[in-house]
Amino acid sequence: MTTELPTTSEIQIDKPSLNWLPPGLGLQKVDERIMTLNVGPQHPGSGHMRLIVQIDGDYIIACDPDPGYVHRGEEKMAEYRNYILNIPHLERPVIHDSCNVLYPYVLGVEELLGIEVPERAKYVRVIASELNRCIYIMYWLAIYGIFLGHSTMFMWPAGDRELLIDLMEKMTGARVTHAHFVPGGVRNDLPPNFEEVCLRQVNYFEKRIKEYAAVFYDNPILISRTQDTGVLSRQDAIRLGTTGSVLRASGVDYDLRKKEPYDVYDELDIHTNVMKEGDAYARSKIPWLDMMESCNIIRQALQKMPKSGSVRVKLKPNPKGKVFDSVYKRVESGRGSLGYYIVSDAKPEPYRLKMSVPSFRNLIALPYLLKGEKLGNMPSVYWSLNYWPVEADR
Amino acid sequence: MSSDSETSVDAESEETPVVKKPEEKQVELPAFEKGISDKIIEKFGDKVYVTFVKEDRVGIGTSRENVHDVAEFIRDALNYDHVESVSGVDYPQDKEIEVVYHIGSYSDPSLARQILALSTRAQREENPIPGNDATKLPTLRDVFYSVEFHEREVFEMFGVYFEGHPDNRRLLLPEDWADLPPLRKDFTIKGR
Amino acid sequence: MLKDLVTPENANVFVGKLGDILEKAIGKPLGYAINWGRIWSLWPVHIETACCSVEFGAASSPRYDVERFGIIEAFGSLRQCDLIVVQGTITRKMAPRLRLVYDQMPEPKYVIAMGACAITGGLYFDSYNVLPGIDGVIPVDVYVPGCPPRPETLIQGCILLQEKIKRMKARTFV
Ligand code: SF4
Repeated sequence: MTTELPTTSEIQIDKPSLNWLPPGLGLQKVDERIMTLNVGPQHPGSGHMRLIVQIDGDYIIACDPDPGYVHRGEEKMAEYRNYILNIPHLERPVIHDSCNVLYPYVLGVEELLGIEVPERAKYVRVIASELNRCIYIMYWLAIYGIFLGHSTMFMWPAGDRELLIDLMEKMTGARVTHAHFVPGGVRNDLPPNFEEVCLRQVNYFEKRIKEYAAVFYDNPILISRTQDTGVLSRQDAIRLGTTGSVLRASGVDYDLRKKEPYDVYDELDIHTNVMKEGDAYARSKIPWLDMMESCNIIRQALQKMPKSGSVRVKLKPNPKGKVFDSVYKRVESGRGSLGYYIVSDAKPEPYRLKMSVPSFRNLIALPYLLKGEKLGNMPSVYWSLNYWPVEADR
Repeated sequence: MSSDSETSVDAESEETPVVKKPEEKQVELPAFEKGISDKIIEKFGDKVYVTFVKEDRVGIGTSRENVHDVAEFIRDALNYDHVESVSGVDYPQDKEIEVVYHIGSYSDPSLARQILALSTRAQREENPIPGNDATKLPTLRDVFYSVEFHEREVFEMFGVYFEGHPDNRRLLLPEDWADLPPLRKDFTIKGR
Repeated sequence: MLKDLVTPENANVFVGKLGDILEKAIGKPLGYAINWGRIWSLWPVHIETACCSVEFGAASSPRYDVERFGIIEAFGSLRQCDLIVVQGTITRKMAPRLRLVYDQMPEPKYVIAMGACAITGGLYFDSYNVLPGIDGVIPVDVYVPGCPPRPETLIQGCILLQEKIKRMKARTFV
């Protein structure tokens, strides 16, 4: 393995391109052709983060991401709340994927406290998390459309997304922040008649998203803007430790639902979508294919689910873990593998809780991908990384 | 359970000699994971210790002098290729800060469900001056490229300086942060 | 006769009086017209600050469609905007930037605080990096509570703001 990847330290951000430089600070004059641009945090092409890019003419020569505008200290807060009270604020980093972001936490706490989950609850969790994955990807796709100036692609997914939000609302009672998964199962049983409604909506939804191919994925403008931009080779995708759709678009067959099945995923038939190209087009297409796979999984789960039974085991109030017991659990979320490292103490609160979030892991690929790209391609490369700033900052 | 780990179980456990460890007496340890930890023990002897062996998870601890060598061995001989997360844990009672690297593998299918937790400990200062005190560890960035941002995060959250890291700058906290590193146990939230 | 009344000494008094008379005569309908124009073209700045932006996005989706009420989708340039919807948590790193955005906008400008975080800090009341409400940074016109507020609630907040603008005194003669 060689080390000729560009480092963020090569970027000489602190050195202003002025003619006069204050003496004694060790500043060097950089080439006058090079301009430093701040993109964000108030910029339609950046979201809640800042990218400090250096450009030479129209080409980006260096990029230094500056996240942290939504750093809310979730990990510190978790040390002050008990295992149950932690649920609402831990789903806030990705409210439109809130089931998946809670999933590993719930699995981890179950392992720490030694809880067995009823069979029906496992299926309900799978259905909820797959529905949530679709909701997340639809929002991501809508924003990707607006980033590329494709308004139809904002309106269609943003409208179709509401179908599944209705389903989740029926199931959990909230539009986006469900707080539905708890250690020991799920909060409520499915409402009556849910299976039929779900099947009908999901079938319709699948029919709808297939139409996106005509307007978006086969669109020559999209193809010309995204094909061969921001190419991440298979080797680099592995070395940079990227995950989720970024990794699978670069030709690595890795999906935790298949490789490390949690709950009942090992009883379902799952197909992993892999593409070889590794460019922004592949990265934008993989999530769309994933949604169709999710529809398949939901249909299978609805079929195999036990028709009745309990969905939650009652816990003792204020459950406690063992002294310095640790657990690392991960699931495949809408963006990639999401892990929680929880260290317990003999207290009702966790001793330390660390979220290893996919957005943060994919961020490292951004300076590498943007180097040598045109500035106009920046939004399409940046958003194709499946990045959600609030999650990366925690 | 994936069939990959089942098949390689026998091959692994037969060729590695069984090293006597205290955990062995209590419970039946998963054999494949045991094989991984045995390989590391065999190479480094008493420089490393096994913190836990669970299903799909292996925990290895080592001192700060050896962590770089162990990481290199893990990458080259055991086929692990990326770091998923780097977490600091503060232990004020031991006067130490533990840094845990969760290492996984994409390229080796038999290791797809495995996570190796490599932990090491740095000395903890009562009054930290991040970057200028004894709380230092060697960086693993030249071994696993993917730790770059994770180590920057640990630096600002715990004050653990990574020697040799090319870019020990602040990442998430505001530019004017002048308090203790926030995830240390002696930093308390006001009013709690 | 007017010539007798106006002398060089009291000319500016007279002009001032004339302004008052004009203001009395047509100021009200003119101010009403200006306000009417303002309420149907509220352009929000594109500044997302936290997770509430998901529901802000949903509010401009076909199902809710805030454009019906004259509020277009978030817009890029600050110089053409007159509304900030603060979409959730303001951290200590973001607060100076929010103030900077506010200061750069031309008058008149209005602020909607969306979500519990923007109002009081919400779920993150005890976090070390979150401001307990944005009142200390910029003046707020309308508070929209919820975590996150449903799009309907946001739309109601926008309509409240329009009601408020309708009753404001527009500066007709500067
Ligand atoms: S009010 Fe709730 S949804 Fe809105 S930013 Fe705060 S935590 Fe997020």
